[in-house]
Amino acid sequence: MAMMNYLGAINLALKEEMERDEKVFILGEDVGKRGGVFLATEGLYEQFGDRVLDTPLSESAIAGVGIGAAMYGMRPVAEMQFADFMLPAVNQIVSEAAKIRYRSNNDFHVPLTVRAPYGGGVHGALYHSQSMEAMFNSIPGLKIVIPSSPYDAKGLLKAAIRDEDPVLFFEHKRAYRLLKGEVPEEDYTLPIGKAALKQEGEDVTVITYGLSVHFAEQAAKELEETGISTHILDLRTVYPMDRDAIVDAAKKTGKVLLVTDDNKEGSVMSEVAAIIAEECLFDLDAPVERLAAPDVPAMPYASPLEKQFLVTKDKIQSAIQELAEF
Amino acid sequence: MSASKHAQLGLSDTDVLYMYESMIRARKVDERLWLLNRAGKIPFVISCQGHEGMQVGAAMALDGKKDYLLPYYRDMAMVMHFGMTTENILMANFAKAEDISSGGRQMPGHYGSKALRIVTGSSPVTTQVPHAVGYALAGKMEGKDFVCLTSFGEGSSNQGDFHEAANFAGVHDLPVIFFCENNKYAISTPADRQLACESIADRAAGYGMDGVSVDGNDPLAVYEAVSRAVERGRKGEGPTLIEAVSYRLTAHSSDDNELTYREAEEVKAAKEKDSIVTFTKYLKDAKLLTDEQEETIHKQIQTEIDEATDHAEQAAYADAESAMLHVYDQ
Ligand SMILES: Cc1ncc(C[n+]2csc(CCOP(=O)(O)OP(=O)(O)O)c2C)c(N)n1
Ligand SMILES: [Mg+2]
Repeated sequence: MAMMNYLGAINLALKEEMERDEKVFILGEDVGKRGGVFLATEGLYEQFGDRVLDTPLSESAIAGVGIGAAMYGMRPVAEMQFADFMLPAVNQIVSEAAKIRYRSNNDFHVPLTVRAPYGGGVHGALYHSQSMEAMFNSIPGLKIVIPSSPYDAKGLLKAAIRDEDPVLFFEHKRAYRLLKGEVPEEDYTLPIGKAALKQEGEDVTVITYGLSVHFAEQAAKELEETGISTHILDLRTVYPMDRDAIVDAAKKTGKVLLVTDDNKEGSVMSEVAAIIAEECLFDLDAPVERLAAPDVPAMPYASPLEKQFLVTKDKIQSAIQELAEF
Repeated sequence: MSASKHAQLGLSDTDVLYMYESMIRARKVDERLWLLNRAGKIPFVISCQGHEGMQVGAAMALDGKKDYLLPYYRDMAMVMHFGMTTENILMANFAKAEDISSGGRQMPGHYGSKALRIVTGSSPVTTQVPHAVGYALAGKMEGKDFVCLTSFGEGSSNQGDFHEAANFAGVHDLPVIFFCENNKYAISTPADRQLACESIADRAAGYGMDGVSVDGNDPLAVYEAVSRAVERGRKGEGPTLIEAVSYRLTAHSSDDNELTYREAEEVKAAKEKDSIVTFTKYLKDAKLLTDEQEETIHKQIQTEIDEATDHAEQAAYADAESAMLHVYDQ
C-alpha cells in the first residue's frame, strides 16, 4: 500500500494498464510531454513514447479516432481536457460509441475509455466546472463511472480500460489533490455497475457519488456526535445504475437524501428518485429529498457566487439533520 | 497502336470486365429495390445510381484482403465490389435476420461487416470519417501497411467531423483516403450552395495533403487516382483527398421528389454521361465486350437478383425479443 492522491491513483492505473497491454494507448490534448493540463498522464510519454499521443485541439476527432481504433481492436483512453469541452464530441459518443454494438448486431464493439475532469470549486467558472454526466445518463450502450476515492479511482479506471464497451470516466478535478488514501501497488479492479456502501447507519440514507461522497462522510462524522447515524451509498457507476443497492439503501432508513454537485433538474439523482418511487415508496418515512446545485446555467467565478452554487459539507450536514428530524 | 487505357493502368481485360459486371450488378439491384419499394414490399430505398463507376473504380484499387472500407449510405456498388453479395443487399432491404450489416436493425444502406473489413456506419453523416482515421492510426501503431478508404457526399464534406478527421490524418500522416462523391446535390441543395470553393479537392491544402478531382463517370480515372493514394498511404506518405464528380441519377431516396428542385432535362443530360453507358462503350470499342456477352451478363445477373429477392422475401425476421440484445457485452 502507498499513500497517494486521486490524481496519482489515476496516473498509476494508466501506467499499469499500458505496461500490461500493448493495445492500450492514450490520446488527447497536451497529454504527451506536458503530461496533461492536470498532470494525469505525467511521465507516461517518457515511458511509452508515441502511445501517448498529442492530438490536434479537436474533441470530435479525439472521440471519433478513439472509436475507430477501438473497433479495430485497440484499447484507447481518450482524454477530454475538461468535461465541459466534451460537447463537440457528443455526436461521436452518443450516435457512435454507444450504438455500435447494437446497430451492428454485435459484430463491432467499442472498448474505449473517455476520461474527463469535471466539477467545480476551483475557480473554474462556468466552463471549467460543470458536471456532464446527466447529459449521458440515459444513453443505453454507455457506462458512466465516477470514482470517489484514490482506491476506487485506480480500480475503476483499470476496469474501464478492460471493459468491452465504451466507458465515460469522470474525475472530479478538485478531488485530484484533495483526496488522499491508501492505494495498493499491485493490480486490482473494481466492478463497474456496482455501488459501494461506505458506511452503515440507522437514521438517514445519503446516496451520492464523486467528491460529494467525501463531504457526506465528513458531515456524517460530525453528526454522529449529535447522535444521528448516517447510511452512505456511493453509486460509483451512475449509468447503468445499481438498482438493488439503491433500493436496499433507501429501505434501510426510510429517509433518503440524494446528493449531486450537478444542477438539480434532470440530474442523475432524478433517476435515483424515480427508482425509489417505483420500488420502495411504502418503505419511506419521509419524502425523498434532493440536494443539488441550483438550476442556473453553471458555476460563477467570484468566490461568494461560486460558494452559493457548490454543494458543500455544511449544506449536506444540515440537510441530513433536517431529514433526521422529520 | 498504343496500349488501351486500362492496360496502361496495369488492369487486365479480365479486371475491367469484372468491374463492368460489378457496375451492372449494382445498377440492376438498385433498380430492383425501387420496384420492390413501389410495390410496397420494402419501406425505403437509397440509391447508388450514377455512382457505380466511381465506386467500383475506387474499390478496385483497394486490397480486398487487408484494406478497410468506411462507406456511406450511397455506396452499394462499392461494398458489393468489396465483398457484399446480392443476397446480402436484399436481406438488408427486407430487414431480415440474415442482413449481415445489422440483422435488420438499421435502415438499408448502413453497411458493415467485420469479416469483410467494412466498418459499420450510422445515419448522422460523416461520423465514419474520424473512425477511418482511428483505424489508420491503429494500423500505423502496429506497423501494418493497410489503408482505409472512407467516402461521403459533397454536402457532408461541410461537417466538422470531415475537417477534424482530415486535419488529424494530415498531422499524423495517416493512410486514409478521403473519397468524396460529388453528385452535385445534397438532397435538394445544389453544390454551389454547399461549397464556396471550386472543388472539394481544394480543401486538401488546408490539411497538408494531396487533393485531386477526377471524373467520377470514368471508373478507370477513379481507379488511377485511388491507386496513387493507396500507394502513398502504404508508403507512409499520408492521406489523400479525392473528389469524384458525377451526378445523382435518382431522387435522393424513395421519400424524395426531385422534380421540386431540379429539371428533368438536367437529369436526362446527365444520363448520357452515366458511367454504365460510357464504360460499356469503352469495353465495346476495345472489343472486350460483344452485344451477346453483354446480354448474357445481364441475364445471369438478373437471375441472381431474382433468386436473392425470393430468398430475402421468404427469410425470417429476427425474433422480436432479440431487440433487447447487444446493448452491452453479454
Ligand atoms: C448530421 C446530419 N444532418 C442531416 C442529415 C439528413 N441528410 C441525410 S443525407 C443528406 C444530404 C447529404 O448530401 P451529400 O453529402 O451530398 O451526399 P449524397 O446524398 O448527395 O450522396 C442530409 C441532409 C443527416 N443524415 N445527418
Ligand atoms: Mg451529394
